Amino acid sequence: MVPADQGLLVAAAKSGDRQAFDELVRATYTDMYTLAYRLTGDEEDARDVTQEAYLRAYKGLRRFRGDARFSTWMYRITANCASTALSKRSRDRHDPLDEEAVVADERPEVDPEAMADAELLRDRVNAALEELPERLRAVVVLRDVYDLPHQAIADELGISEAAAKVRLHRARRRLRQRLFPMQGEEAAHAV
Amino acid sequence: MRCEDVSRALPQIVDGVAPAELALRRHVESCLRCQAELVQYRKLLRSLHELRTDVLEPAPGLLADILAKVEEAGERRALRSLLSGRRVAYAGAIAAATAAGAAGAVIWATRHRRLRAA
Repeated sequence: MVPADQGLLVAAAKSGDRQAFDELVRATYTDMYTLAYRLTGDEEDARDVTQEAYLRAYKGLRRFRGDARFSTWMYRITANCASTALSKRSRDRHDPLDEEAVVADERPEVDPEAMADAELLRDRVNAALEELPERLRAVVVLRDVYDLPHQAIADELGISEAAAKVRLHRARRRLRQRLFPMQGEEAAHAV
Repeated sequence: MRCEDVSRALPQIVDGVAPAELALRRHVESCLRCQAELVQYRKLLRSLHELRTDVLEPAPGLLADILAKVEEAGERRALRSLLSGRRVAYAGAIAAATAAGAAGAVIWATRHRRLRAA
């Protein structure tokens, strides 16, 4: 769907047209589910987060000023709902991964030629993201996959902008070490 | 500047949002190891950005669940608005009745005074 269409639908939905809002949901829900899954790493949580995000969007639609795309606004709401779900989850179970811990690489040697294959690389990036601690993953996904500004990320995750930047720094470093290790770093991963 | 310092700074400056110090830029220009690391970070950012178009297919039923929840919220909102509308109507009716009563009382009192005077 082109943004202009989204703009018309948003205007109609804001004036109370339920069908217009349903259309916006249809156009964007797989995208929001994907983000929710990337942030929570769990299908059921991702479903709950997606439903909650659209409910919040529906209730707060009048506050949407339209200065960003509807999908960008939805990314922020979804990130906020995912953050709430993750805090609830972390009260029930402890995240076993320490941020500074080095994850042991148990994969067989990766052929550099095969790494050029886009599909394989995508799978590896997804796997590396899933291995990151939730607090690091959320920031790098929102910034480097979905292009949200630092301040928006900080607002939606309930952290300071400085903390968001520190987490992004750590997340990128760990992903780079995991996916594109430099000479000498492979040994550290193999420990 | 040493390679370790550059290595620590690269994750922050690779997207060009934060400015790179002149000393760092000069080091990277002359150091093959740091250039290689910068290339790896750029590859990482490209790979992450490409995930944006990679959409997962949720299990069936999610769309229907979302729409049902929104419909439920819409019905609750409509009910609330109906009730608040009725409240306004009741308040208006009471105010009108009070005003009519007061006007009646004034007319009655005026006539009563005229009759007494006559």
